[in-house]
Amino acid sequence: MRLATYLAKRIGYTIFVLLGLSILIFTLARVLPGDPARMALSPRAPEWAIEKLREQLRLNEPLPVQYLYWLRDVFSGSLGESLVTRRDVLTDITEFLPATLELLLFALIFDVAIAIPVGMLAGRKANTWVDNLVRGFAYIGVTIPAFVFAIIFLLVFGYILHIAPVVGRLSPGVVPPPRITGLFTIDSLITGNFSTFVDALSHLILPSLALALGPIAQEARITRASVVENLNKDYILASVSHGLPERLIVLKYLMKPSLIPTVSIMGLDIASLIGWAFLVESIFNWPGMSRYGIIAMLRKDLNAIVGVVMVTGLVFAIANILVDIIVSLLDPRIRMVERAK
Amino acid sequence: MNNTLLNVKELQVHFKVYGGILKVLNDVTLTVNEKEKVGLIGESGCGKTTTMKAIIRILPWNAIVPKAKIYFKGKDVMKMNDSELKKLRRSSISMIFQDPTAALNPVFKIRDQIFDVVKYANLEMGKNLSKKEIEEEAIRLLREAALPEPERILDSYPFQLSGGMRQRVCIAMALASARELLIADEPGTSLDVTIEDQILRLLKQIVEERRTSIILISHALGAVKGFVDRVYVMYAGCIVESARTFDLFHEPLHPYTKGLLAAVPKLTGGGIPEGIKGRVPDYMNPPLGCRFITRCVHAMPICERKQPRMVNAGNNHEVACFLYGE
Repeated sequence: MRLATYLAKRIGYTIFVLLGLSILIFTLARVLPGDPARMALSPRAPEWAIEKLREQLRLNEPLPVQYLYWLRDVFSGSLGESLVTRRDVLTDITEFLPATLELLLFALIFDVAIAIPVGMLAGRKANTWVDNLVRGFAYIGVTIPAFVFAIIFLLVFGYILHIAPVVGRLSPGVVPPPRITGLFTIDSLITGNFSTFVDALSHLILPSLALALGPIAQEARITRASVVENLNKDYILASVSHGLPERLIVLKYLMKPSLIPTVSIMGLDIASLIGWAFLVESIFNWPGMSRYGIIAMLRKDLNAIVGVVMVTGLVFAIANILVDIIVSLLDPRIRMVERAK
Repeated sequence: MNNTLLNVKELQVHFKVYGGILKVLNDVTLTVNEKEKVGLIGESGCGKTTTMKAIIRILPWNAIVPKAKIYFKGKDVMKMNDSELKKLRRSSISMIFQDPTAALNPVFKIRDQIFDVVKYANLEMGKNLSKKEIEEEAIRLLREAALPEPERILDSYPFQLSGGMRQRVCIAMALASARELLIADEPGTSLDVTIEDQILRLLKQIVEERRTSIILISHALGAVKGFVDRVYVMYAGCIVESARTFDLFHEPLHPYTKGLLAAVPKLTGGGIPEGIKGRVPDYMNPPLGCRFITRCVHAMPICERKQPRMVNAGNNHEVACFLYGE
């Protein structure tokens, strides 16, 4: 099976998963107590106005009919109007999503850049003080949730040490770069505005690091464990016994098989990253999709809730397809089995 | 007459494990001469592989070596620095592992794996080969290991090959860097019997053509018999007997060797032999004297107190047992 066929197959599965997810979240949002029309208007709004809004939102129709209307809208490129912003939810999401994606992207960069070298080092120096130190920190990282790190970073680095900014995406007075991708760091680099890039980057460091610490700890532990296991494998001993240079053994023959479990776990960690982003964005006042989603939930903004969940599901699905592709690149056995199917 | 290639004296290897120290190798002494084929036999867990790993210094991290004198062509292997060790491994000694499935990296093509070995083996000889020359050399080695279609083998992953083919690939890789001594650690044990026989014939042919020495580890006594010039018998981390192959099989001296030979079922009848009663001793608290005492039918009071030394019983036949000499 070619990569293209494999991708087509995976995308097909993903569409089914997203359809299921949409039915689930569409129903959940509507069966929860509280009248969205009454919450959207003021509590003292006249009954006829509320009834009119209910009619407009098709809330008086049976649930399956409402869902089919929603589905028809989706295929015509609309996620419905938000009761809070009074704009199409899709417009809102395209505005807020890039900020969240940027945060996730940098969290992933930190994750890969720290977890893998640290895990490899700890594995190679197994049972020494380096390893014990890494394992100690990894325990802390695995057990403490991201929002606690976020608050600690905010206090220590923001308010006490003043090392990095802790509010928003840019400093006051800095003009956002023209919108190309919506990711400030990338847009400012494309337009060659270096000072804006540095400012955007400094705003990203603390929230993305707070977000990444959990996955870093988790993946460093997994990498360490598989390095320790693989170091005792005959094929590594064979490489040593052939007198290959140590760097070649570690960076080629040890690293590739050792990263397979790490990358698989990464797929799960991306899900937790998206989840924790909801809290971390609130703490750092990050104008991303998570904050939009929280407001939507508090105000029972039906279309926005469904929209945010669907987009989150989509990001997660894409991330997992990428992870599967990387794993199959690392492990020929998986690749061949997939192709044989 | 013979030039000594490898000389191992009083090699001790212990392993640190949870709950204590396993005293596995106890004064292992053996020599291999140039162009000599030496066999090492003994039951599983007696320290055959550990001895070999100690020789090329690839013991695991929890191994302790309290005492060791290992000389390769007069050079002290234990005192070698990194670059000397690399030189030894790249150009003089190579090891073939018991299980070829475990000895090949599962996520790289054979091409990657054999190319690197060929490249660095030749680099050590001052030859910086081009990619094309490396490929030619790799194909030549695969042919020497009697692999058909070497080009196809190069583009395969280990899991796409049969067990016998994998072992031949391992042999080809070992040949790249074994100009003087090949260590074959039960090279056929994980394969089926007919393939094992093919592999052993191939190895014999290769070492005779190349005029290199070989240490063949095995517990298949029949295979050793038709292959090697001289045999060492190992029991529980000690060498208990050494003799020329013919002498050992016709006139075994040590009670353990006798038991081992008697344990082979014979085509001429007699049913399934009894084997040797008892088990290999606990390495954490091995017997103070002879380690075979717990299973020996000839055990004497002296065996409890003293470790037997190797004595010459004539005709280069040495045995570590109080029944002989002294």
